[in-house]
Amino acid sequence: MGAGVAITGIGIISAIGGNVSENYRSLISGKIGIDKITQIETVHKDEIMVGEIKDDNPTLEKRLKFLENQNSRTVLIGCIAAQEAVEQAGILDINDVRTGFISGTTVGGMDKSEQYFYDYFDRPEVRQHITGLHAGDSTKKIADHIGLKEGFVTTISTACSSAANAIMLGARMIKSRQLDRVIVGGTDSLSKFTINGFKTLMILSDTYNTPFDDNRKGLNLGEAAAYLVLESDAIVNKENKTVLGYLKGYGNANDAYHQTASSEHGDGAVLAMQKALEVAGMDPSEIDYVNAHGTATPNNDLSEGRALIRLFNGKVPEFSSTKAFTGHTLAAAGGVEAVYSILGLQNDVIFPNLNYKTQMKEFDISPVTKVKNKPLNTVLSNSFGFGGNCSTLIFSKAK
Amino acid sequence: MTRPVYINGIGSVSAQKTFDNSVFLEDVTYRSDTIINVISPDYKSYIPPAAARRMAKGIKMSTVSAKTAIQEADLEENKIDAIIVGTGLGCIGDSEKFVRDIIDNNEQYLTPTRFIQSSHNTVAGQLALGMGCKGHNFTYVHSAISFESALLDAKLQLENKEADNILVGGVDELVDHHIDTHRLIEHIKQEPVATMAVLKSGTKGAIFSEGAHFFVLSGEKSHSCHAELVGVSTFNNLSKNQVSEKARSFLEENNLTSDSIDLIILGYNGDVEFDGYYDGLANGLFSNTCQIYYKHLVGEFDTASGFAFWLGNKIIRHHNIPPVLRLNSVEVSEPKLILCYNQYRGENHSFTLLRKC
Repeated sequence: MGAGVAITGIGIISAIGGNVSENYRSLISGKIGIDKITQIETVHKDEIMVGEIKDDNPTLEKRLKFLENQNSRTVLIGCIAAQEAVEQAGILDINDVRTGFISGTTVGGMDKSEQYFYDYFDRPEVRQHITGLHAGDSTKKIADHIGLKEGFVTTISTACSSAANAIMLGARMIKSRQLDRVIVGGTDSLSKFTINGFKTLMILSDTYNTPFDDNRKGLNLGEAAAYLVLESDAIVNKENKTVLGYLKGYGNANDAYHQTASSEHGDGAVLAMQKALEVAGMDPSEIDYVNAHGTATPNNDLSEGRALIRLFNGKVPEFSSTKAFTGHTLAAAGGVEAVYSILGLQNDVIFPNLNYKTQMKEFDISPVTKVKNKPLNTVLSNSFGFGGNCSTLIFSKAK
Repeated sequence: MTRPVYINGIGSVSAQKTFDNSVFLEDVTYRSDTIINVISPDYKSYIPPAAARRMAKGIKMSTVSAKTAIQEADLEENKIDAIIVGTGLGCIGDSEKFVRDIIDNNEQYLTPTRFIQSSHNTVAGQLALGMGCKGHNFTYVHSAISFESALLDAKLQLENKEADNILVGGVDELVDHHIDTHRLIEHIKQEPVATMAVLKSGTKGAIFSEGAHFFVLSGEKSHSCHAELVGVSTFNNLSKNQVSEKARSFLEENNLTSDSIDLIILGYNGDVEFDGYYDGLANGLFSNTCQIYYKHLVGEFDTASGFAFWLGNKIIRHHNIPPVLRLNSVEVSEPKLILCYNQYRGENHSFTLLRKC
């Protein structure tokens, strides 16, 4: 097995920071991003907590030098994160090699679509948002922002594993020499659509989410965008690039159990993790830390915990869910947690699973609850979504 | 060494009667409209009525189309290793209703079914659930290249022997709010146009439609094989004068020249602003090649190019080009190499190449 696919840039905006270093500082100082909702007017505002990005749209538009109200918030945060990743990778001309952009999103421009649903007919000045309902439209606009011209651009929407799957496709395209460089990840803003959707599923917590806690009450929705730059070994060698880490393994499987819930014993999750280990050519014992999906819903954490016990044959490595910091950022989650996995590898640190108090009854594994310094060589990150979609990524340290 | 990729089964639900694989556009439906719906198969003979009642139209169309393809490929459902779907908007009927309910009922009295079905990967998830398929399950949602993204993913996996049989499809449904809003911005034609007058409409916008096209792609050629998928390539933005150059380099990558192409399937939709993208190929590089079009029969939607792919497979199988499709009078008796080119509003261009095998 080779070293994997090189990661040369990362970028992120989430409830705990507007860039990579702010996110890192929040993660090691235990600063969480969950609070009452401020930017969406919803009747549920007193019953829910969310991981909202603090900047409002005009602030984001100013930061990007964009005209007012031309773009969905999904586009705005996506542009910020993608731009940071590209800058960090030291890319001067994005079209100088075969560059692709693959983004995951579930809501796309739904924030604007729901806002102007009835207004389009009387207000021509908001009709620019009509085509924004296409999930691919957000991707297209971010691609334009980072200057991509004719290259390969596509969008993946597999619910909460979207960004993980975008990263996976990017790695496969680099490995099969279809692309030399690809920017991969995902973006999702908060919307009434998802707030009300998850509300009907009765899996929203009315307080801070508590992953892997016996008394967990559900998830907090969040919003974020996060991207990685993947580059071929040829470019890395030729341009003597700094490598931040490697994507070693990836796997996607379907639980084929229920449209929204995970199977009791996490069959899909086990399959996805097994595939990823196989691609990486690794034994489960080589995994130093698991960044769990850990949404804090009763169903996910039980199913994922059982899957971990099965995969690791009882010897589960240290694990934590970072969703207590950010909330569940849906399509972006796999990108956010890929960035955190790389930060963990770079700094030899495990980020804590906050808000954990009570051991789950069904098994005896428990998450890391304090910042822990430990040499990390390999991190496994899970993302699971509706439609039984299960994805696993394995990252390793830059040598 | 990579291995070839074969299309062993095909299925279509479109605005023409295409759900029955034993016929090939023998009975064309002519219309004069700005939107057209699919000709529905008898869903009851494919899906238990109790299940069908709760299903979004996109799921129903896809189920029929997928079953048709799998049946033709003569494959047990448990032999499908992966499911990959392209869709511009997913089951948008449910998304639209859910938004309407949120607004009209001030976020109260909502039920989860509409929300669940509005997840873009509902079709791929439901197909996996129905077939018990635990393999790779992806959904691409990138406007006019949603279907081609799915094809590309499948091709990559089959070539690299990561899978042996993959169900690949494209689906989109046509719903009210989407129609009303796209009329406002003239992406839909303002005036009805008759089927055979689409190319000469001289007006802005297209005739919107819907459909589901599914295919079984395999690493091994079966007795039901239609064609080999030689190549698929997509481009984000291209100017009109770049299209020919990209077509040429796409063919070169496959060790071919424009002369070797027997038939080109073009995505003309009668939009006076954007049909020029096809003219460059029709009047230049492929002026002496047999040319056909299809959106006058099945309309425009994000995965309309799935119909072109179906058409290419059908033509190779039947050695027959229905006259209603023809753009020029260049004759070809038995097309062996077929190139499809599609774009939408000057963006999301794709080339797909099929070869008789």
